[in-house]
Amino acid sequence: MAKITVSEVEHVAHLARLTFDSQEIDEFTRQLNDILEFVDKLDALDTSDIEPTTRAIEVLNVFRKDEIKPSLPVEEATANAPMAENGAFVVPRII
Amino acid sequence: MKNPVDLTISELRQLLDMKELSSVEATQAYLERIESTDKRVCAYISVTAEEALSQAQQADETIAKGEAKSLTGIPLGIKDVICTKGIKTTCGSKMLKDFRPPFNADVMERLHAQDAVMLGKLNMDEFAMGSSTENSAFFRTKNPWDLERIPGGSSGGSAAAVGARLCAGSLGSDTGGSIRQPASHCGVVGMKPTYGRVSRFGLVAFASSLDQIGPLTRSVRDCALLLEAISGHDPRDSTCLSVPVPPYSEACTPGLNGFTIGIPEEYFVKGLEPEVETAIKVAIDALSSQGAKIVNIRLPHTEYAVATYYIIATAEASSNLSRYDGVKYGYRAKEYSNLMEMYKKTRAEGFGPEVKRRIMLGTYCLSAGYYDAFYKKASQVRTLIIQDFKNAFEKCDCIAAPVAPTTAFKLGEKVNDPIQMYLSDIFTIPVNLAGIPGMSVPCGFDSKGLPIGIQLMASHLQEEKLIKTAYNLESALNLQGEWPEP
Repeated sequence: MAKITVSEVEHVAHLARLTFDSQEIDEFTRQLNDILEFVDKLDALDTSDIEPTTRAIEVLNVFRKDEIKPSLPVEEATANAPMAENGAFVVPRII
Repeated sequence: MKNPVDLTISELRQLLDMKELSSVEATQAYLERIESTDKRVCAYISVTAEEALSQAQQADETIAKGEAKSLTGIPLGIKDVICTKGIKTTCGSKMLKDFRPPFNADVMERLHAQDAVMLGKLNMDEFAMGSSTENSAFFRTKNPWDLERIPGGSSGGSAAAVGARLCAGSLGSDTGGSIRQPASHCGVVGMKPTYGRVSRFGLVAFASSLDQIGPLTRSVRDCALLLEAISGHDPRDSTCLSVPVPPYSEACTPGLNGFTIGIPEEYFVKGLEPEVETAIKVAIDALSSQGAKIVNIRLPHTEYAVATYYIIATAEASSNLSRYDGVKYGYRAKEYSNLMEMYKKTRAEGFGPEVKRRIMLGTYCLSAGYYDAFYKKASQVRTLIIQDFKNAFEKCDCIAAPVAPTTAFKLGEKVNDPIQMYLSDIFTIPVNLAGIPGMSVPCGFDSKGLPIGIQLMASHLQEEKLIKTAYNLESALNLQGEWPEP
């Protein structure tokens, strides 16, 4: 049985801020199902007593001083923007 | 005199220091070879000839003053995922086609401080997602040993450029094997250092708990020199370890007496090409002849590594790549009627199919109701894989195993089958999940003349053990000096 349906794929695409045509949605549904079936093999392992790992190396409490340091000038920070004006990023109207 | 492009970094260093060769001459030799040969290999996305020659001039002055360091004046190539100030850093993606970072990565600052020369930026799978460099948005890089085959990936440009003598050494990045697998396919040395050994500041993020920058070179000693130059603490990466950097090249000493090498039976399984297996066994015998004791070990959770990786890596990627929104930098769609449509069209047009596939899988695994079943489960299996290595390293100094189940496959062969492509990383992924260092060292050729690499793994921060083992293997097999002419 398919683990993920076309409408779920469309929902995930929305969450990921992506858009696909219907042919792509079908293909992604098929491929994601193949991949999800493949990762199913993890269910064979009993991990109920196992702590999850969230970092490869245990480094705890890395602090730095909260100091003011020079930052990028506005012109450099906006130089790569697709649209910028008067030192600000330009986006479509929101309100 | 030999053409400078035929020399290793260590050999170049000697000639530069004896003033028998200038960095400008070496740089020009490489630029000429790139001009004549890279149209067939297609390793470089951009060649920065002008900057390279001015860096070389600067290096020659530093050498004249007697202030040369190990990489002063050495021409290198850099994977296009590493930020270079003012120089295009595309990540192999349409999304960042014209992106010029306003800052240098930590590794670039370190190379510049030594007056190393950068020849240009090297091709890669888009956002380092892939195993063949076929996912680059721009063009496909070819394997210098057979131009109809893939160079491996995602650091395919970095490996092909070193193998084809289009740079003296290069930097790549490795999230699931992206340095070691292409190094193996292109017959060069490649290392993924311990997680935290090298700063990730300025490395465009794919999966932050797995990514690490590392060197690709034509000799083990060169790998040690490059590793030493890029390692060290950087407060801008909070996972970068504050521990001393040993003089790695001093680990290149003969003899492996007192060394124990573990052989994991789980890496010699169905799907491993017989010719690859034979070459690995010959290499293990060579290590034994150098004095190492060979023992069998177990890494019982190996078969779960690929599934674990494709949940953790895609989950982290889906979060990291949410920054590409068409606002602050990068591509923006031309036509849209509101903000949501701008986001969606920008990302749909800017990302290629594999990147979208991974963002989709990662978003699904992290979405409400599925987090425990996928992400938490994978993080628990990751703990089991780490425990496997801890147990193994109680019995041995290094683990030796294949890098990849096959030699380089043909262009297009696996491009439509994501799972087959993912399985080509089956032997390299566990090292990233455990955060330990891993290295690929050339150990022979198959009957088609394609290179085979052996993988060496050690415990956290034990890079010196890898280098010592690799150095002894390299001396015993005596493969150096065999380079392709693409």
